[in-house]
Amino acid sequence: MSTRTVTMSVNGEQRRAEVEDRTLLIHFLREQLNLTGPHIGCETSHCGACTVDLNGVSVKSCTVLAVQCEGAEVLTVEGLAEGGVLHAVQEGFHQQHGLQCGFCTPGMLVRSYRLLQDNPDPTEEEIRAGISGNLCRCTGYQNIVKAIQYAAKRLKEAQSVSA
Amino acid sequence: MIPAGFDYHAPDSVAEALRLLDELDDAKLLAGGHSLLPMMKLRFAQPAHLVDLGRIPGLSGIREEGDVVVIGAMTVENELIRSEIIRRRVPLLAEAAALIADPQVRNRGTIGGDIAHGDPGNDHPALAIALDAGFVLEGPGGRRPVKAEDFFLGTFMTELADNEILVEIRVPGLAPHTGQAYEKLKRKTGDWATAGAAVVITIEQGKVGAVRIGLTNLAPSALRAEAAEQALLGQPLSETTIEDAATRAAAICDPAEDLRGDRDYKLAMARQMVKRAIRKAAARCP
Repeated sequence: MSTRTVTMSVNGEQRRAEVEDRTLLIHFLREQLNLTGPHIGCETSHCGACTVDLNGVSVKSCTVLAVQCEGAEVLTVEGLAEGGVLHAVQEGFHQQHGLQCGFCTPGMLVRSYRLLQDNPDPTEEEIRAGISGNLCRCTGYQNIVKAIQYAAKRLKEAQSVSA
Repeated sequence: MIPAGFDYHAPDSVAEALRLLDELDDAKLLAGGHSLLPMMKLRFAQPAHLVDLGRIPGLSGIREEGDVVVIGAMTVENELIRSEIIRRRVPLLAEAAALIADPQVRNRGTIGGDIAHGDPGNDHPALAIALDAGFVLEGPGGRRPVKAEDFFLGTFMTELADNEILVEIRVPGLAPHTGQAYEKLKRKTGDWATAGAAVVITIEQGKVGAVRIGLTNLAPSALRAEAAEQALLGQPLSETTIEDAATRAAAICDPAEDLRGDRDYKLAMARQMVKRAIRKAAARCP
C-alpha cells in the first residue's frame, strides 16, 4: 500500500503531509490537520456535512482523495472567519437561527459561502437549489434560507460601503 | 469508510494513461470518482491501481466542430450547465445535467465517467442515445468511434475495452425544426431516476420527420425505444400516436424492483415520462 507526500493550501496556509493513497480528503483534514469543522455524515456523498471549497468550487470531501488535491487550494469552515470576526454567512446563521443541532452547519456554511460568491443576489429558489446537496434534519431549511438571505444582504452592504 | 489499499497514478497524457492500463494488473480509471469511490468504500470494487484522468490536459472542455459539438470526457456536469455552446446547440444536456446529483457532486462528476461506468441509473447514456451521439475510444491501436446506441451492453458492461479510454463525446447540434426534452421522475435531489425518458423530435409541415427516444433506469442498460419512434414517424403528432409510442416504449422495459417502486409502477411511470418528454420536446420545436 503506497503512501506519498501531498502539499496543498488549506485556509491560506501551505500544508504538507504524508498520506496513504487511499486517504480521503475528509480524513486528511480531520485527522492529520486537526481541522474537525468538516463533518463525516453519510460517507456516501449525499449529506454534504463534509463540504469544503476545492479550487473555488464546493465538493464533498468524503469522495475526493487527498492525493487528488496535490497543489490545490482548500477552504474549510475554519477559514471563513477573519481576525476573529465572523463571516457574513456565519453571522447570518447565528442571527437567523439557521441551525439547531449544528451537525450540518459547517458544510452548510462553506456551501453558502461559495453560493454567494458565485451568485451574490440569489432568489429563494436559487438558494434552495444551491443548498440541495446539503441535508439538515432539524431546521426544515426555512431559517437556513433566511440566514443565507441575511448574509447576501450583509455582503452587498459591505460591498457598497467599500465601493 | 475508507477504500481498501491501492496505488494511485496521475498520468499527464492519454498515452501515459494507456501505458499504465497496459502495464498494471487490475487498474481502474478514475474520472470524477463519485461512482467509483463509493463503490470502493463499500468493497464492491477493489482495484489494485487507480489511474486518475484528472491531470490530463485536453480531456475536458467543449468545442464546436462544424455541426458537431465535441465534449471532452472529463467535462464535469456543472460545466455542461454553464456552457454557452451546450445551451445553444444541445440544450437537452444542460437541462438534464441540472437533474443529476447535486451542486457539489456536479463539480466532480463527469460526462465521460457517467457514460463509461455503465450504470443503468446514470442519465447520460439515454441522453446520448436520444441525441445520436458518438463516443471516441482511444486504445493502444489508436482511436475508434462507437455509436451511443451500440455502446451499452448491460449493467456495468460497455463496449469500452480494459485497455481503452473514453476520450470524447460527439453530439450532433440541434437540427432545424427540432425540440429536445428530458423527463426524469426522482424522489429527491441526488436520486437516480425511477424512470426517465429523453426525446429529440423533428416536426416539419405538421409531421414527425425524425425522432429518437432514450430510456433511463428501466432495464439493465439504457435503451433506445425504436418501436416507439416508429409509432410517431411520418405522422402528425396526436394523443393517439403519443399513447401508442408510450405503450411500445414500456413494452421493451425490464425494470428492477427496488425502493423506488415495483415493476408495474415503474412501467406505468415509463409510459408517463415518455409521453411528457414527447409533448415537451414537440412544444419546443421552432
